[in-house]
Amino acid sequence: MKLLALLAVAVLVALPFVVGSYVVTVLIFIFFYAYLGQAWNIVGGYAGQLSAGHAAFVGIGGYAAALLSAHAGLSPWIGMWIGGALAALLGAVIGYLGFRFGLRGFYFVLLTVAFAEICRVVALNVDAVGGALGLYITFTGNPRQFQFQDNRAYYYVALVLMLASTALVRSIERHRFGAYLTAIRQDEGACEALGVDTLRVKMRAMILSSFLTGVGGTFYAFYLFSLQPNAVFGIPLSVEIIIRPIVGGAGTVMGPILGSFILSPLAEISRTYFAQGGWNGAHLIVYGLLLIAVVLFLPQGAYPALLRLARRRP
Amino acid sequence: MSLLEVSGLTKRFGGLLAVGGLDLSLAEGEMLGLIGPNGAGKTTVFNLLSGFLRPDGGEIRFGGRNVVGLKPHEICRLGMARTFQIVRPFPRLSVLDNVKVAALARHPAMARALEAARAVVDRVGLGPRVTDLAGSLTLADRKRLELARALATEPSLLLLDEVMAGLNATEIDAMVRQVAAINQGGISVLLIEHNMRAVMSLSHRIIVLSFGEKISSGTPREVAADRRVIEAYLGEEYVHPPQA
Repeated sequence: MKLLALLAVAVLVALPFVVGSYVVTVLIFIFFYAYLGQAWNIVGGYAGQLSAGHAAFVGIGGYAAALLSAHAGLSPWIGMWIGGALAALLGAVIGYLGFRFGLRGFYFVLLTVAFAEICRVVALNVDAVGGALGLYITFTGNPRQFQFQDNRAYYYVALVLMLASTALVRSIERHRFGAYLTAIRQDEGACEALGVDTLRVKMRAMILSSFLTGVGGTFYAFYLFSLQPNAVFGIPLSVEIIIRPIVGGAGTVMGPILGSFILSPLAEISRTYFAQGGWNGAHLIVYGLLLIAVVLFLPQGAYPALLRLARRRP
Repeated sequence: MSLLEVSGLTKRFGGLLAVGGLDLSLAEGEMLGLIGPNGAGKTTVFNLLSGFLRPDGGEIRFGGRNVVGLKPHEICRLGMARTFQIVRPFPRLSVLDNVKVAALARHPAMARALEAARAVVDRVGLGPRVTDLAGSLTLADRKRLELARALATEPSLLLLDEVMAGLNATEIDAMVRQVAAINQGGISVLLIEHNMRAVMSLSHRIIVLSFGEKISSGTPREVAADRRVIEAYLGEEYVHPPQA
């Protein structure tokens, strides 16, 4: 298993020198969404607290790094940590409101969506942060400004994000924090009876998750060179973040990566294919059908199903 | 000195007095039975003691410390562990992982927690089931698992809520031996039990609740002979059988 993982990493490192720039671009999105999915996985997958507003953290992180870069001349390499910290602060507020007052299931979903929507409306209406026009980042190609002439540099940054977050989640899984998260998802009351401070553990999960997502916001901003309130704080982005770990297997180490490798190419292919046929937006129907299929046939996601298959083989 | 000292414990649910001014004391090393008809308030007492419910009045002193207002996890860490009448295993975790979560309360390092969990699993006789998912266990094994998890938090006082319910005669005998051994190992036990044979043989003393109030207390023999107890369980006509 370890050998397989090392081999996969080696292939991914070598790949940009073999494949064309289109494939590199697709892979950048696969890695980046796997990273965001992994960040969500900590609170949404392991702890089972369904945040459906994680786009808010991407937006806060991205806006913070972009504004600090534009107005204070601060390098995004530093700004990304500040963006992450601000996102973590918002995560702490949302988490405290949700967990302290016992909002579960749909109510927690609504709370997280509501906060993301508030962020979106504020960003749309405050001209100091670009208002409805959004923020545009001038391309300098300066690596110090988190900008690269060569697309492959973004590829490696995204790859590192994905691998580092996965290593972190793997480590969490093997420690007390991870064991508590998994138990909380199954029965919070029983956890309390066994000496687990569930509020504290869930808060830590939410803060860590929102921090990582906020750091990802910097990549989003400086890879796409623009931040649009409706895109970066909107529900569709939150759905994109959630759907990969769910399809791949929420609460598993490999779920977000697997889900991203399944969904991102599918979205890309169906988008291109349907757009050529004049059926714009039809890829969303494919997404919807796939999600229904996963919920029906693989309710725990693709990764646990793969593991079962591998074990059955002699 | 008593390990647990409860005075004037009161809990209302709306207009219903679930527990009314209960006094109770449990000595170190004691096995105290808590019995009473359905709806007498036994489980409510457990929920109050373990911090899952907040009392409307009264005091709970555990190890000399007032624990009213503490959260369940804090009370657990002070050394009072409870089981649930309707068992609450983590269904998609293995038996060992279930117990591990409890052991982590005392042993933050994973390797040490696993070691402690394994020892408890063997102790309650779940050794052969150690890798099975908790959701696949029989009821008797789930009850054992519930007990194992509570033990793994290394309590000085164990609150057992109907650990015999739903078990067959053989399983009950095994559980009775188990609970007796735990008590002999130095852990005080407060036992809610409907199985009279079990509670009578295990308890040093018994407290009888009816409609939230203590109606009798004493040794098992005293309690069994108390007419108020017979009345509460069976109705007045059994105390004074009507003449034919």
